[in-house]
Amino acid sequence: MIMEIVIKAILAAAFLGMVLNLAGLLTWVERKQSAVMQDRVGANRAWIEFKPKWLMPLNWLLRPLNVLGLFHALADAVKMFAKEDFMPRGADKVLYNLAPMISVVFALLAFAAIPFGDVLNIGGRSIDLQIAGIDAGLLFVFAMMSLGIYGVILAGFSSNNNYAYLGGMRAASQMLSYEITMGISIMGVVLVYGTLNLQEIVRSQGGTFFGVIPAWGIFVQPLAFVLFMVAALAETKRVPFDLPEGESEIIGYFVEYSGMKFGMFFLTDLVETVLVACLMTTFFLGGWQVPYLLRDGFHFPWGSVWLLPHITVVVLGIVSFMLKVAFFNWFFMQVRWTLPRFRYDQLMHLGWKILFPASLVNVLITSIIVVMKNP
Amino acid sequence: MITTKIIKRKELGFWDKTYLPAVGLGLWITSRHFFRNFLIQTLHLFGFLKNVRGAVTYQYPEEQRPLSKRTRTRHRLTQREDGSPRCVGCMMCETVCPARCINIVAGEHPDPNIEKYPVSFDLDLGMCVYCGFCVEVCPEDAIRMDTQILDIAAYSRQDMKLSLQELLHPRSTPAYQKNNSN
Repeated sequence: MIMEIVIKAILAAAFLGMVLNLAGLLTWVERKQSAVMQDRVGANRAWIEFKPKWLMPLNWLLRPLNVLGLFHALADAVKMFAKEDFMPRGADKVLYNLAPMISVVFALLAFAAIPFGDVLNIGGRSIDLQIAGIDAGLLFVFAMMSLGIYGVILAGFSSNNNYAYLGGMRAASQMLSYEITMGISIMGVVLVYGTLNLQEIVRSQGGTFFGVIPAWGIFVQPLAFVLFMVAALAETKRVPFDLPEGESEIIGYFVEYSGMKFGMFFLTDLVETVLVACLMTTFFLGGWQVPYLLRDGFHFPWGSVWLLPHITVVVLGIVSFMLKVAFFNWFFMQVRWTLPRFRYDQLMHLGWKILFPASLVNVLITSIIVVMKNP
Repeated sequence: MITTKIIKRKELGFWDKTYLPAVGLGLWITSRHFFRNFLIQTLHLFGFLKNVRGAVTYQYPEEQRPLSKRTRTRHRLTQREDGSPRCVGCMMCETVCPARCINIVAGEHPDPNIEKYPVSFDLDLGMCVYCGFCVEVCPEDAIRMDTQILDIAAYSRQDMKLSLQELLHPRSTPAYQKNNSN
């Protein structure tokens, strides 16, 4: 029993560390990627160097990090912690302090149900590489994402500022309307795989169609993929769906926050980006599945077999999961720095009149096909 | 008679309303830039392909933006072959200067062929408007504005004043070296 808890704790720590580091790294990615795609160089002036001569080897090791500007994330964090923690007059003290915590905690909790690897057999024990093997994992993730809205609404509500309030209200209506599309578009996937357990969904995506195309969700549910991606982007509250923030019109729900409390909202956005990338990977890109890789090794479509030890297969799965997540993160960044912000009526129009009916149609077609296949 | 021309707004078609083609086109353009620059900048890190620019940025203090040769930059005083200033202390530049930033104290030159020489030649960069009149008016070609030095950063207004030595040998005086050594 103790051993079980220890193993789960290790898994949780590893995954949480990975997610938080990735979210921190995303601040750097955001700077660098936007710079590179706009023909710029990007932030590279946060420089750590030691004066004494005998520390030269350390300088030499730090140099690549310096050149790439990786210490900007660190500098940001230091800046955030060193800033004044300001609270506006008339703000609701409890809710004001609670809001950023709610925001970040629920975003992080949702990761518990995401499988990041296959079952690992080690020392006579089989460990499911998933923090919490919840049967209704899908519902858990959606519940956590919905609860995350509370942080935003409470921040807007408790700040005693009209702009923050407006931002909070916008966030509420935007996220609620896109939550519906998101939920319904994923119903297609659930219908096809017949389970709410995320590990089971990923497992069902193993194998291939016609022996060539990997049996990933994107090939089964292409429309759901697009719908889910748009809704998920809206869920992360980033450009082109950043109306709750709207830096150039209203500053948004966190206008009164400073220091690390603002940092927590900022972190939440990035953690949600990672979360959404993880969900997209799990539902549509086969999670930890590597094409043609079965339990015992690669089975290529041309008939050759390359046997691999168990541990290699599991590690390959984890690496594949991380690469897919990294790809989606790259893609979301690219979208964020390419598209302008929607107008509010366009946002509602897109959500309710285009995405919502389309997701219903998707569910209808999927149900018909599923029923016809298994009468 | 005012004629008006009514321009009809183009109605959005079906695909425009879905936003998808426009989104795809935008992503295509930005991705093209991203991958091209990403490749070139990565190669630059390893020392390859240095002649192709991966960004329009000039990394300013290390990398100067190329200036036109005609750009009026910081002044310098030209020298004779023996290293003494060509300036003959005629006060033309001091007189013509609209910002009154030049202050010359002239003295008798030992050589009878040369009338005078500047005992001190002070130029206040904090006041200079970079008009270049001093260069145009100089009969001896003794002052030029071609050092390609544009920055006049200093900790005080006093530090912006250039002495005769500084003008003869730009960026060589001890004061400058002290301020700019790490």
